[in-house]
Amino acid sequence: MWREEAPPAMDAVRGILESHERDPGELLQILIKVQHSYHYVPDAAVELIADHLRVTRAHVRGLVGFYSFLSSTYRGEYAVYISDNITDRMQGSTGLATYLCNRLNVKLGETRQDGRVSVRFTSCTGMCDQGPAALINERALTRLTRQRMDRIAELINSRTPMEEWPAELFVVEDNFRRSDVMFRRAFEPGAALKAAMLRGGDETLKSLQFEEAVDPSSGHAWRRGADETLKELYRSDLRGRGGAGFKAAIKWETCRDISAPERYVICNADEGEPGTFKDRVLLTSYADMVFEGMTICGYVVGSTRGILYIRQEYWYLKSHLEAVLARRREADLLGRNVLGTGFAFDIDIHWGAGAYIAGMESALIESVEGRRAKPRKRWPLPVVAGLNRRPTVVNNVETFAAAATIALKGGAWFAGHGTGHSAGTKLFCVSGDCERAGIYEYPFGVSVREVLRDCGGLDAQAVQISGPSGVTITRAEFDRILAFEDLSTAGTCMVFGPQRDMFDVVRNFTQFFRHECCGLCTPCRVGTSLLEMLVEKVAAGKGSPVDVEQVQSICQLMKTTAHCGLGQTAPNHVIDSLVKFRGDWDKRMKTTDFVPAFDLDAALQEARQLTGRDDAMAHL
Amino acid sequence: MASKRKIATCSLAGCFGCHMSLLDIDERLLELLELADFDRSPINDIKEIKGIVDIGLVEGGLCNAETVRVLQHFREHCRVLVSVGECALTGGIPSMRNHLSLKSCLEESYIRGVGVENAHIPDDPELPLLLDKVYPLHEVVKVDYYVPGCPPSADALWHVLSALVTGRDPHLPPALLKYD
Repeated sequence: MWREEAPPAMDAVRGILESHERDPGELLQILIKVQHSYHYVPDAAVELIADHLRVTRAHVRGLVGFYSFLSSTYRGEYAVYISDNITDRMQGSTGLATYLCNRLNVKLGETRQDGRVSVRFTSCTGMCDQGPAALINERALTRLTRQRMDRIAELINSRTPMEEWPAELFVVEDNFRRSDVMFRRAFEPGAALKAAMLRGGDETLKSLQFEEAVDPSSGHAWRRGADETLKELYRSDLRGRGGAGFKAAIKWETCRDISAPERYVICNADEGEPGTFKDRVLLTSYADMVFEGMTICGYVVGSTRGILYIRQEYWYLKSHLEAVLARRREADLLGRNVLGTGFAFDIDIHWGAGAYIAGMESALIESVEGRRAKPRKRWPLPVVAGLNRRPTVVNNVETFAAAATIALKGGAWFAGHGTGHSAGTKLFCVSGDCERAGIYEYPFGVSVREVLRDCGGLDAQAVQISGPSGVTITRAEFDRILAFEDLSTAGTCMVFGPQRDMFDVVRNFTQFFRHECCGLCTPCRVGTSLLEMLVEKVAAGKGSPVDVEQVQSICQLMKTTAHCGLGQTAPNHVIDSLVKFRGDWDKRMKTTDFVPAFDLDAALQEARQLTGRDDAMAHL
Repeated sequence: MASKRKIATCSLAGCFGCHMSLLDIDERLLELLELADFDRSPINDIKEIKGIVDIGLVEGGLCNAETVRVLQHFREHCRVLVSVGECALTGGIPSMRNHLSLKSCLEESYIRGVGVENAHIPDDPELPLLLDKVYPLHEVVKVDYYVPGCPPSADALWHVLSALVTGRDPHLPPALLKYD
């Protein structure tokens, strides 16, 4: 294992600190930069940062310990993170990780003696349709094979700078397989915003050029467009695309109506739910649409500041997103005087650092404020007291894209698609055992069977809807529909073919939740660990009905007592699996009586060695 | 009246604090003795369980081979097994050694300890061999009920025992599960 010989020079840290204000809210962004330049956060840096921001060293270390992509120990010049979603595993990631470790002569999870490289697993990197995937120094690797691993090992061993690595290793495809009414046509930047600002104007106004129309002398006060756009949003009945399905118009109006000196618009691009990758595709190919939706939200609620909170797995999109924002500023679609109307709005990007829980809106806000991403108490809601305790709209990436479309085409048009309680179309991320994994746009109300037919996965035995926190459905349920009326979803469909052992899915998901639990409340912190231990016990063939009973009681306890959605939904897949795929559990049950998960006699081995005893009483 | 219930108790890697708390039920002990007899227990110094008992109360966690054997014996001879107190439920204070290796613990006491003469790790066959770690009871046998607390209050123990001897399912009310 690598050890720090001498503390590294702190010049880079000082440079980073100079580029940030003395605002504790900057802490996470500073730590990310330090991690990127040093490949860890050295103790000396912790001291400098703490002094600069006037926070305690413990607070700084608290963040380093919390976020997966920050570390207090050196992760090597090349830090490789292998995506560990079940879809990656089904594509052979586990074997590939071992293969790469052997090629590099490094132990999984440790940094090589010469400090060159480390390899470890990370939660789903959002490339499920083109896995097995990995990250290396903030860049995304897809479609990994042994040949690619050979190549990567060579490049690392020859110490080739990242800029010189072949581009084909980093190709990320959209795989947009089916588009419907929202994404059929390219989005014209500015069109939706202009439509929003002119909304409610009379015929003469519509005939005018935009510049004349928004001129106060035209008689169309530009605030009127905001109110009219909100009405359109009500008409559209748009519900949040992040999974919870809260009506966007109610959220926007609440935010607008609370008296406050400042309010914020946050776009949630944390996309941590394994199996979900639509936000990546939207930010790659429809970034304008998303930013325009945020701008329209700012216009409607009276905010001047938007924030895109995006997971670090998508760091490779950084220059692209910054370029889009710069272009929009140039085109007066962002800035102090948007489209010459006097409306001011701009968008910053805030990076996450590896934490599933940051997708939960109040945890996300904590993270934006530079703290550990821990969920706040449910009340007040962020829309009342969010970022800096000011009213804050937090919406999913896709919700903002939909809002832009609604501003352009009207609420009635949008409500004309989908079902009674689920208006519009929705992006679905299809991955797993199917012929054409990727993004599918369908009107809400599409059946699981139809999705499976289109993606070539009809022989599936099960589909995991909405990720590990969602619901597992079996063949008998394939006619159920994807909509808030039935299977409410953030849009994830992981397909499991008939050859899969569904118990492997449970193992993967329980490991995921144990890793991603934030540790705030006992039912979740202890519950996720106990579930993993018991599931591993069953996997090792030491499970009995007593253990299954225990699993069920822990699941129930977590569902009813966990602090936030993570802990309340973490047992869902276990409960589903026990009901629907009990056979995959039972075939691992070798005993009806309780047996310990560990070998009792082996637990005496160390003492036998120390005492040199081997008598009858020295064994169990 | 139906025949009296039989109760057995023991203390493994614990401090007997839970047993002290049991004695703290005071005059209710007489009421309990109306309904039940004590079999093996430190209270009456009976060393072996005779036959099958109805209720076994086990205090303390598992730290060595003997504690494991006693627990297994209790499991085999008790219809209902109750894990009593912090050490039985989680390993408790003794499990603080779980962060260290057994070797370093023993060396600290018997090799490097202050004032140690004839330094060596005790190896007499009469001494129970230590486990690598301290374990809670439910990781080694099936446990039917848990009474948390360090120690559980006399009221909590009475609540559980009086329910079990009269054939009811014990459920500790929140007031008896609150520790601050």
